[in-house]
Amino acid sequence: MQEILEVIFNINTFSAAIRISVPLVFAAIGGVFSERAGIINLGLEGMLLTGAFAGVLGSYLTGNPYIGILFAIMGGALIGFIFALFTIKFEANHVVAGVGLNILMLGITTWLMQILWDSRGTSVNVTGLSEITIPILSSIPILGKLFGSHNILAYLMFIVVIFSWIILFKTPFGLRLRVVGEYQKAADTLGIKIRKIQYTSLIFSGVLCGLGGAYLSLGHLNWFSMNMSAGRGYMALAANIFGGWNPLGAFGASYLFAYTDALQMRMQALNLNVPNEIIQMIPYILTILVLAGAMIRSRPPAGLGKHYKTNR
Amino acid sequence: MNIIEFKGITKKFGDFIANDKIDLTIKKGEIHCLLGENGAGKTTLMNNLFGLYNPEEGEIFLREKPCKIDNPHKAIELGLGMIHQHFMLIDRLTTTENIIVGEEPLKNGLVDMKKAREQVKQISDNYHLAVKTNEKIENISVGEQQRVEILKVLYRKAEILIFDEPTAVLTPQEVNNLFTTLRELKAGGKTIIFITHKLEETMNISDRVTVLRKGKVIGTVNTCDTSPKELARMMVGREVLLNVNKEKSDVGDNVLEVKDISLTGKHKNLLLKNINISIRKGEIVGIAGVSGNGQLELEECIAGLRKVTSGKIILDSEDITHAPTGIRRKRGLSHIPSDRLKRGLVPSYSLAKNIILGNQDSFTKNGFLLQNDINKYCKEVLEKFDVRCQSMNDTANNLSGGNQQKLVIGRELSTDPKFILAAQPTRGVDVGAIEFIHNNILEMRKQNKAILLISAELEELLSLADRILVIYEGEIVSKKNNYTKEELGLLMAGKKVPEEEKKELENRIQND
Ligand SMILES: Nc1ncnc2c1ncn2[C@@H]1O[C@H](COP(=O)(O)OP(=O)(O)O)[C@@H](O)[C@H]1O
Ligand SMILES: [Mg+2]
Repeated sequence: MQEILEVIFNINTFSAAIRISVPLVFAAIGGVFSERAGIINLGLEGMLLTGAFAGVLGSYLTGNPYIGILFAIMGGALIGFIFALFTIKFEANHVVAGVGLNILMLGITTWLMQILWDSRGTSVNVTGLSEITIPILSSIPILGKLFGSHNILAYLMFIVVIFSWIILFKTPFGLRLRVVGEYQKAADTLGIKIRKIQYTSLIFSGVLCGLGGAYLSLGHLNWFSMNMSAGRGYMALAANIFGGWNPLGAFGASYLFAYTDALQMRMQALNLNVPNEIIQMIPYILTILVLAGAMIRSRPPAGLGKHYKTNR
Repeated sequence: MNIIEFKGITKKFGDFIANDKIDLTIKKGEIHCLLGENGAGKTTLMNNLFGLYNPEEGEIFLREKPCKIDNPHKAIELGLGMIHQHFMLIDRLTTTENIIVGEEPLKNGLVDMKKAREQVKQISDNYHLAVKTNEKIENISVGEQQRVEILKVLYRKAEILIFDEPTAVLTPQEVNNLFTTLRELKAGGKTIIFITHKLEETMNISDRVTVLRKGKVIGTVNTCDTSPKELARMMVGREVLLNVNKEKSDVGDNVLEVKDISLTGKHKNLLLKNINISIRKGEIVGIAGVSGNGQLELEECIAGLRKVTSGKIILDSEDITHAPTGIRRKRGLSHIPSDRLKRGLVPSYSLAKNIILGNQDSFTKNGFLLQNDINKYCKEVLEKFDVRCQSMNDTANNLSGGNQQKLVIGRELSTDPKFILAAQPTRGVDVGAIEFIHNNILEMRKQNKAILLISAELEELLSLADRILVIYEGEIVSKKNNYTKEELGLLMAGKKVPEEEKKELENRIQND
């Protein structure tokens, strides 16, 4: 028992959770922007995968992981734009388009891997992102352990959380975006450029997922592997819902999911006489419980998933 | 000066011509009524002006210059403002956020909420349009929501204000306040286009009236040179009786008894509170109230769509409190639902199928539908209730609102019911159809049916009902045989009629 408690409250668990949470947080905030603009985004999964692949590709081609990040951003933006085309211009059902995108990207990335590296399982090793240690912060006892040493994307994540919140709730763009997600026709009658806002937010959503994906491939490991996102996009969508379609909430929810994941990994190492499979289930069970609770009270944007047709 | 001129505006939806070569001039500073039955094309015409639709043909001149208004953004820039029939408000945002969005005051690139609230407050003071600047839309009354809509338009410095059926959702007092505002706006030099299908309002507020019928302009007249009768004739294309003739009927035994029913909502809030109603044969009992005060819940409870929390409902001396809807219908209940598209008919079904809906067992043999019987019966109903359609194989969503309603009423009144639950039977229906529906309801009364008439139209209640009950926040707050319109208005708004006024009113009634 004592052992378990030690793991639960161990600073290393909290610190590991930050690392695990980074891709989730990026994707969850991507989900916030997309859904606040009225578009259900199951495509987060495919966008993460794209980011992970593009990141490795960039680093592979140039040897520079920061160029990899740039590739991931561009790849994410492109996929965000394509998703926008389907859901907005061609008025596809959002859920179908999202799932379709995920299957498509899984296929494309696997295929490209085969062509480039002659393997369907994993890519070659590339140069990954190195950790940056912040001088004074890293020497403070607890804070140093938590925040003192991360790669650039983890630091960027904290900035993104705060800026996203400001954009969404304090700027004219954010206010208009929320109006679009609630009631497109009302936004139209106010002279708001609905399409521009929706495209922008979906592309932004793609960029964020690109960054999250790059963290998966260039931050955690130094290679890309087939289906590397492994359901994190869906989890991020859940975190967005649990977090009340709010960047801060999405961060909190993602961190909670990441924490249980970290806990699960550490508990497996304890030899508890419980099958590992049961322990591995913990984060998923928690996700289900938390979501079931959250869904009852949650209030999605009123226009989520709806198409608006003008008569012009 | 002619501030707006429509020249030959045509707007089609597929093959259907909603606006047919419309010519119309609006003068600066006038209140111009657009009068027409439902589906006449009033909203469509204004949507063309506001840039929500692009017309196929024709030109619009603004301030005597030709203008191509192809989106609302441009319309707003040109000084147009529209208060839509269905409010364009975001429930979970505050009044101020709703008003400023799109033209936010800024401070360091962020929205300056403090300044925004001040600006809203200032305009609201200027025009006596009281709103709480920091309250969410979902927490304010419909009247206040409308004021927010007006403020939205004034905030954008509109010179020409279009009101699309603004009085449909208001109590008589709120209508008076709105009219005061309109006169104030006019005095301030604004031009107002006022869409309605109500004659009385048109006579009351407008300087000039243009009547539309079936997408065409029938004519423009000065209000002072016309009469409600003439306007009605222009609207409908024939003579219309504006007042129904109600004959005395012999009331008989109780048919429906609602005994002390209460209903609690999801959050333990009381939706209906100890409601007692009894209706006798040959009697119409009216329920008056501003919509959202429990009428829908009452309707659902009596129809069997919702379980009452306590109390009893008795139909023809049988307890039907727990009976499902089918049994209630078999016992003689007919239901004209307030939401015809959701509950009155299946829009994608043919007219024939819609007419036997709920009564399909009578047209079945060995589990198969008897197509010939159905067709014969439907033909009768369609003819008797004057449902205008191409053929009975049309789907219901091809009918105009008024004809859909006549279809529902036809179905419900043709089954020889004992009790008729008529909820908002003329909502969104034009004068011609209203007259027809009223006559049918009175005919039912003559045939000794018991009728519960739930309505938001005071005129309708006053002219049809033998007795009126006023519902406010789920409670019957008053019941009487004779009300004046003012009295009802006050009661519906939750105000008690002060004792002295009551006496005075009674005196007046006696003197009349
Ligand atoms: N977006 C649309 N698509 C197809 N038909 C429409 C549309 N809008 C209105 N109509 C049809 O055009 C006619 C005129 O409608 P509308 O302008 O709303 O009438 P009004 O405002 O006078 O009641 C109606 O028959 C309606 O069914
Ligand atoms: Mg209309």
